[in-house]
Amino acid sequence: MKLTGAQALIKALEMENTEVIFGLPGGCILPAYDPLLDSTIRHILVRHEQGAGHMAEGYAHVTGRPGVALVTSGPAATNMVTPLCDAYMDSIPMVCITGQVPTTAIGTDAFQECDTVGITRSVTKHNELVMTAQDLPMAVRQAFHIATTGRPGPTLIDVPKDVLTTTMDWYWPTDAEVADSLPGYRPTTKGHPRMIKEAAKLILESERPILYVGGGVLKAHAAEALRELAELTQIHVVTTLMARGAFPDSHPLCLGMPGMHGNATAITAMQRSDLLIALGARFDDRITGKVSAFAQEAKIIHVDIDPAEQGKVRRPDVPIVGDCRLVIEEIVKAIKDLLAGGAERAETALWKSRISGWREQFPLSYEQSEPGEALKPQFCLEALRDSAPEDTILVSGVGQHQMWSSQYWKFEHPYSWVNSGGLGTMGFSVPAAIGAKVGRPDATVWAIDGDGCFQMTAQELVTASVERIPVKVAILNNSYLGMVRQWQEMFYEERYSEVYLSPEVPDFVKWAEAMGCVGIRVDSPEEVQPAIDKANGIDDRPVVVDFRVAASEKVFPMVPAGFGNDDVLLPPSQMARKEFLR
Amino acid sequence: MSVASTNNAPSYHILSVLVQNRPGVLARVASLFARRGYNIFSLAVAPTEDEALSRITIVVDVESAPVEQVVKQLFKLIEVVKISELDPRRSVERELLLATVRVTSENRGQIVELTNIFEGKILAVGIEAITVSLDGNPDKLDDFEDLLRGYGIVELQRTGRVALPKLEREARLRAVKGKAL
Repeated sequence: MKLTGAQALIKALEMENTEVIFGLPGGCILPAYDPLLDSTIRHILVRHEQGAGHMAEGYAHVTGRPGVALVTSGPAATNMVTPLCDAYMDSIPMVCITGQVPTTAIGTDAFQECDTVGITRSVTKHNELVMTAQDLPMAVRQAFHIATTGRPGPTLIDVPKDVLTTTMDWYWPTDAEVADSLPGYRPTTKGHPRMIKEAAKLILESERPILYVGGGVLKAHAAEALRELAELTQIHVVTTLMARGAFPDSHPLCLGMPGMHGNATAITAMQRSDLLIALGARFDDRITGKVSAFAQEAKIIHVDIDPAEQGKVRRPDVPIVGDCRLVIEEIVKAIKDLLAGGAERAETALWKSRISGWREQFPLSYEQSEPGEALKPQFCLEALRDSAPEDTILVSGVGQHQMWSSQYWKFEHPYSWVNSGGLGTMGFSVPAAIGAKVGRPDATVWAIDGDGCFQMTAQELVTASVERIPVKVAILNNSYLGMVRQWQEMFYEERYSEVYLSPEVPDFVKWAEAMGCVGIRVDSPEEVQPAIDKANGIDDRPVVVDFRVAASEKVFPMVPAGFGNDDVLLPPSQMARKEFLR
Repeated sequence: MSVASTNNAPSYHILSVLVQNRPGVLARVASLFARRGYNIFSLAVAPTEDEALSRITIVVDVESAPVEQVVKQLFKLIEVVKISELDPRRSVERELLLATVRVTSENRGQIVELTNIFEGKILAVGIEAITVSLDGNPDKLDDFEDLLRGYGIVELQRTGRVALPKLEREARLRAVKGKAL
């Protein structure tokens, strides 16, 4: 069968079961948009290419399937750099297709030419410039295979315009042919049996164990296996920012989020532990604080599918390279075998009582506002949480509102939390929420955003209105770049430099309405619940709620950058009893 | 290029990296080193007996990063097929040096003699300069270069080392988990 390169590209995407493409056409990618008209694939026309990238990420976050973005060359490709890097840092499967100038014009500084493969090399798991139409099906197969296997990540295919217009003989490579074409790519999925036995032994011997759960558990669909391991061993679980939802917050063994803005119990339990069982986590600086002061007495079992994570930050006692689900299942089996063979469990009662003491003494807390005072952002979040329909997906931008979201929401299910962890991309939430809603149209999707973040990508709400994607956005509007303001208050002697955003401009309600959304403004605590009820009742268009919140509110606890986790700053009301965190 | 070493602990490692022979592979390897802050002493690339593969021989400064991390990060490149870490004590290394040296009628003979002692070659002779070549162990090239320097080097070019494991005692080949050829 003879096809044009463009037809082959779209057919290949169909063969990969692509149900939706987020994109925006332009000169060099034009030929690919013609066969798209006849395709079963839904295309969502964005207003800025960065939006397409974050939508693809949001879609991938909640469905586990790779998000697909299709854009043109030059500026469109450079606009994709941020989402690609974001997806790379957070191991999000995503396939991006960019147009390129014709092969004959490459290297001539042609109109809208840029070295896309060169520019995106360090922010993709792999990328490829396809030079003939005949290579397209294989390139697409490889891109999906690489994006979704091993440690997931973004891949990019750069397709020159003449490659799209020339003809080729259609074929579809088999799995074996794809594997043969990638002799250097063989991810390890099964853990080493001896290491697994060693891990099981350490787990039973430990008196102060903690399960340190990262985003890899979600990527590996290992939430059920994790629950079995935790319940079998009765070991408490901390879920990092990337792993919120991997273990239910309501579970008695769940301690919530550790790290720079984690809760005191999760932070301290890691610090005092004698065994950290790291599952799909990478000892990020936001978790460890000062590395030399991090969990000094703990032995480390490190399960990760990426061998390069082993020993990158902290040398593990038991490194296990493999897929988290498979490895956890094997560890569970090994522990059961040991117990059946008469192995004893170490005494952990004292440890558990210390943990429950911390939980009692150091709950997350904030000062409620007095009548007449400005709204507290945490109060808004609690109200949103308590009114959220079952299975609500929460998406956030980056900054204070992100930390409050992770702290105050109760995550009960995997894939119900979408955020930008590694790269910390302001402007992530609106487009990511749209992508998430496209992937899970049955679920309510609430985006929590800051007023700074919202102004970076809000234009995608036009996309949402036009494409009828009814997301809900809550802006925690404090008229500041809040997290930067917090650092300037705490570490720069309250010298506020370039962090004040106007409280009057823009008018978020009018802006929302101009974009086809319902806009609601909330100034006082009494208005909170009615506004949320109204927003939850709207399902035919996007809603934006502008919560005007207290500007001076800070995120606590906080481990200042460069300090060890023992130097955590608690909410002012708890600082006096900090010595109990021993 | 001179690489300091003591008898027991070389301050460098030789990585022999087998890669798919495809456009951009060298750029990927080079940008990985730049991005992760690893220092390269030298780098040589050439095709192998299998035309689908090329071999990149990289001499890495172990002061800049633990070699284990360098190897693991290199392995993440899709087109890297195999990495052998060669212990300098158990591998054969070769390098080629070309040098043009300033000469006078008086000392031309000395340089010819020196080149012959090192078993090098005279490639071109001019009135005021002479071009010589020498291949061999990089240490030997270092010595030769030092001696030539006294005469005045006009231009000098070295290829960077290539290396293979020694045959008599099996060189330390560290096959890294996660990839097998």
